[in-house]
Amino acid sequence: MAGEAKFDPMHQFQVHPIVPIHIGGYDVSLTNSALWMLIALGVIIGFISLGMKRELVPGRWQMAVEELTGTIGRMAGTTIGPEGKKFEPLLFSLFAFILVANFLGILPFAVVPGLHPFATTSHFSITGVLAVISFSIVLIVGFWKHGLHFFSLFLPPGVPWYMQLFLFPIELISFIVRPFSLGLRLFVAIFAGHVLMDVFGNFIVNGLNGGPVGMGVAFLSFVFVVFIGLLEILVCLIQAYVFTLLTAVYLNDAVNLH
Amino acid sequence: MDLASAQVIGAGLAAIGVGAAAIGVGNVWGPFLESAVRNPAASDSQFTRVLIGFALAELLGLIAFVVSMIILYAPPHA
Repeated sequence: MAGEAKFDPMHQFQVHPIVPIHIGGYDVSLTNSALWMLIALGVIIGFISLGMKRELVPGRWQMAVEELTGTIGRMAGTTIGPEGKKFEPLLFSLFAFILVANFLGILPFAVVPGLHPFATTSHFSITGVLAVISFSIVLIVGFWKHGLHFFSLFLPPGVPWYMQLFLFPIELISFIVRPFSLGLRLFVAIFAGHVLMDVFGNFIVNGLNGGPVGMGVAFLSFVFVVFIGLLEILVCLIQAYVFTLLTAVYLNDAVNLH
Repeated sequence: MDLASAQVIGAGLAAIGVGAAAIGVGNVWGPFLESAVRNPAASDSQFTRVLIGFALAELLGLIAFVVSMIILYAPPHA
């Protein structure tokens, strides 16, 4: 480190084009974000297709795939009920994509020079679109199944009518905020984790140049960043599961009303 | 006090909310563990509800972090 290098923890989140494509004045370049999304897609397809041999006695790989799909299937069944089977592909797609994208962002690919991993789920534009997809499916299912009766979701049963006058707007607002909070939770959890790891990595590098006290700080930061890394792996899994679980809970509201 | 130092102090004050969310997350997992030890048979069926409660409590801490980051990295002379 030569002197005071400018430290910028936001640099890792920059989107830059890899293959510039311009069609009719629109910039549709293949960016690093899009590239890592495609890699996530490839990983999912590879993982699933390797376990699709349909052996009568499943091997290890097939067991892993069956366990993953079975977990989401059980979640759909217990949360939504007997109609949850229809939404299993949606829930599994959301879970698999978010999980693989989270893990690809946190794997230490940067030890290979020139290769920079990119956490696609650390951008609100990606997680927001995922949340809007799940929310619009909730709306479509709700109106398809119940018509305008869907609005009775905002009227809690067993409450006197004068209280419902107040409760209706509150329930409506809490329903409208759902896609926002759904996307924000995933985005911030991944974003915050990456900033935290970057900041402590910077403490290590700068501390090594800072004399005996700096060495102590660097050592403590190193121990801390190891545990933060383990915690981040847990967060990746929990956030993917929570996103899917909340989508299933919202679908349950739309399918069964109350 | 100049603007730049007020910005840094404000970001630090906004980060207090993260600690407040830590109390909430502890309030979700602590009673769950307490009751799961007393009745382990019922713990599996309630685990999804614990995760929903955890997600709701955690979101507020994450929002506090976002507010802190927005203050910290906002243009100083906005």
